[in-house]
Amino acid sequence: MEFDLSLLLNGIVSGLLLGGLYAAAASGLAVSFGMLDIVNIAHPALMVTGAFTVVVLGTWLGLDPLVVAVLQAPLFYVFGIGIYNAYHHFFEKRGDEALQGLAFFFGVMFIIEVGLVMAFGPEQRFLDPSYAYTTWRIGEIDLPLRMLVPGLFAMACIGGLFVYLHRSFTGLAIAAVAQDAEALRLMAIDPVRIKRLAFGISIALASMAGGALVVVQPVEPSSGQVFIGRVFAICIMGGMASLPGCIMAALLFGVVENVTATFFGPSWSPAVAFGWLLLVLAFRPQGLFGKAA
Amino acid sequence: MRNIGRRDFGRLALASAVAGAGVSAGVFPALAQGANPIRIGFSMSLSGGLAGNGRAALAAQQIWASDVNAKGGLLGRPVQLVFYDDQTNGGQVPGIYTKLLDVDKVDLVTSPYATAMIAPAMPVVMQRQMCFVTILGAGVNTTFKYDRHFNMNVVGDNMKETFAKGFLDIAGTLEPKPRSIAILAVDNDFAQRAAESARFLARQRNIRVVYDRSYPPSTVDFTPTMRAIQAARPDLIYIASYPPDSNGILRAASELRISAQMFGGGMVGPQLAAFQAQLGPILNNLVNWDIFSVEPTMNFPGVTEFLTKYREVAAKEQTDVLGNYIPPYAYAQMQVVEQAVKRVGKIDQAALAADMHSQVFDTIIGPVTFSASGEWAHERNLLVQFQGITDGDLERYKRPGAKVILYPPNLKSGTPRAPYGTPA
Repeated sequence: MEFDLSLLLNGIVSGLLLGGLYAAAASGLAVSFGMLDIVNIAHPALMVTGAFTVVVLGTWLGLDPLVVAVLQAPLFYVFGIGIYNAYHHFFEKRGDEALQGLAFFFGVMFIIEVGLVMAFGPEQRFLDPSYAYTTWRIGEIDLPLRMLVPGLFAMACIGGLFVYLHRSFTGLAIAAVAQDAEALRLMAIDPVRIKRLAFGISIALASMAGGALVVVQPVEPSSGQVFIGRVFAICIMGGMASLPGCIMAALLFGVVENVTATFFGPSWSPAVAFGWLLLVLAFRPQGLFGKAA
Repeated sequence: MRNIGRRDFGRLALASAVAGAGVSAGVFPALAQGANPIRIGFSMSLSGGLAGNGRAALAAQQIWASDVNAKGGLLGRPVQLVFYDDQTNGGQVPGIYTKLLDVDKVDLVTSPYATAMIAPAMPVVMQRQMCFVTILGAGVNTTFKYDRHFNMNVVGDNMKETFAKGFLDIAGTLEPKPRSIAILAVDNDFAQRAAESARFLARQRNIRVVYDRSYPPSTVDFTPTMRAIQAARPDLIYIASYPPDSNGILRAASELRISAQMFGGGMVGPQLAAFQAQLGPILNNLVNWDIFSVEPTMNFPGVTEFLTKYREVAAKEQTDVLGNYIPPYAYAQMQVVEQAVKRVGKIDQAALAADMHSQVFDTIIGPVTFSASGEWAHERNLLVQFQGITDGDLERYKRPGAKVILYPPNLKSGTPRAPYGTPA
């Protein structure tokens, strides 16, 4: 493919929009995996669960998918607390959280997928908002609202979480538990309670990401599988516990994928994007925004 | 970490057994049925990526079993389906067929849905020398060369020279004559064979290939790919894609206002009700491969009655509500087994295979004959065009006129409209 400035600009812009979706999917994992060291491999499946409930509730209430995603987030927060309680009781408390904890979340993922098939069937589900088929054009740049609105929504959610983590006492406690859980006990704070709360927040974020996903594409029970590798890669590339790093890595991932697809074909996209991950880790093993040990 | 003891292992085994039985609902009806049934075993994708088509196929096969049993069964014995969920995982399939043949001791086996699930079953089935009627495989027997394999698929023996023929034949009738083509295919066996056919036939007709790429199944955003195709300015756009991607490709094409003399090819997805409901007018003028349409030229005896029954159960089974794609073929697959057993008069795998090689089968999708390799003796790839679609209302797909057949000539029910990408 010959070089064309318009193609390059559109590749970068569409990559940024795609990165917005990736950021939505990876932000919850930045909390659970990055801050709490819980390898929640079921996170994309929980995002898809959020997408299905958005479709059902949104169709029933006649509301925009993103509004429904916000409204249902407290339910997912409670659901997340339930999952963490089980994980803590059976694995973390016994010190079995590494391999057996991973197996636990694998199990959760499979149960969710089969559960979604049983509950909703295997067919694709969708809920198109009114702007789903509108594309803004600024010069030669195309901005499909199907991608733009979920991207902005994701940035707003992550921004809100960032403020909460840096300005509230509980948010600071979550940041502290990521650094040294035992030190928290010395300050009369129960680290398990803080971790429970943080995990609940991560699952609430999965619900919001589900809303963003429904706007971008129809969903089916196995839709989450496509995102597993990407969200973990973004989380690691961003620096694990860093939300700005998560956003930067997600945008970088999206841009690299789409520019590669434009000029070299989509077959190369994943290889080049994951190649960038290796490159970043070679020069900054702690990730883009991570702190060196 | 604690070691797994013998007692733990026993608990795990029990849990596995319970979990397995839970997804193999076909075992339970076995207990309720009369004595000495003819048992037909298969695996089917009831969860995972192919579950949409797998569940639709199963619903059709269950309707067939119910129809046959209502008429007194086969050879005077009731028919019983024994099936397990392969979870769209080819790795599960050999184990399932081993269990069906060695433990469940079924009398006959049929296949799971499509190439990726059929191929892993072949070695097990061949080892037991079972007659094997498959559904929607693509060239599986090219490798195995098994003389008891029969495939219910319209593609026939020579996919390379025939699959894209209809698309390019229709393109040849357009004015001005198309001179260039873009080809995009997902990285899987079926799509790559479809793309190979388009590439081969385009070169044969001096149509210049200006874009020829594959994409991985994990692709999320098709905007850059479609933009690159747009930049190549092809007259024809030939896509070979699978369901989740087909949606993204068509939406990206719509957002970028892509126009071409013809757009479509071998996309899997637009045949399904969920796509038709969501994409509505975006489908207008799409020319795509298909296997069935409710046009008068395909109103074969029994198909309307079957579709009426299917649509009654589809909503309850949470599967494709229209049934215009796989279900008639799944029913016909079982009709082939039924007619062969009736003619042979006993369960004899060699005799059944000989019968299938030599006889014509009257099915709800028309008469079927098999070639020496077990594919259809005469290919019947349909090229249909969506016409006059104004919204996502599915009722129109129950009547002729929405999915007009352009190819083959003997089933043609309308004339092509061009270009793709203009308002209906």
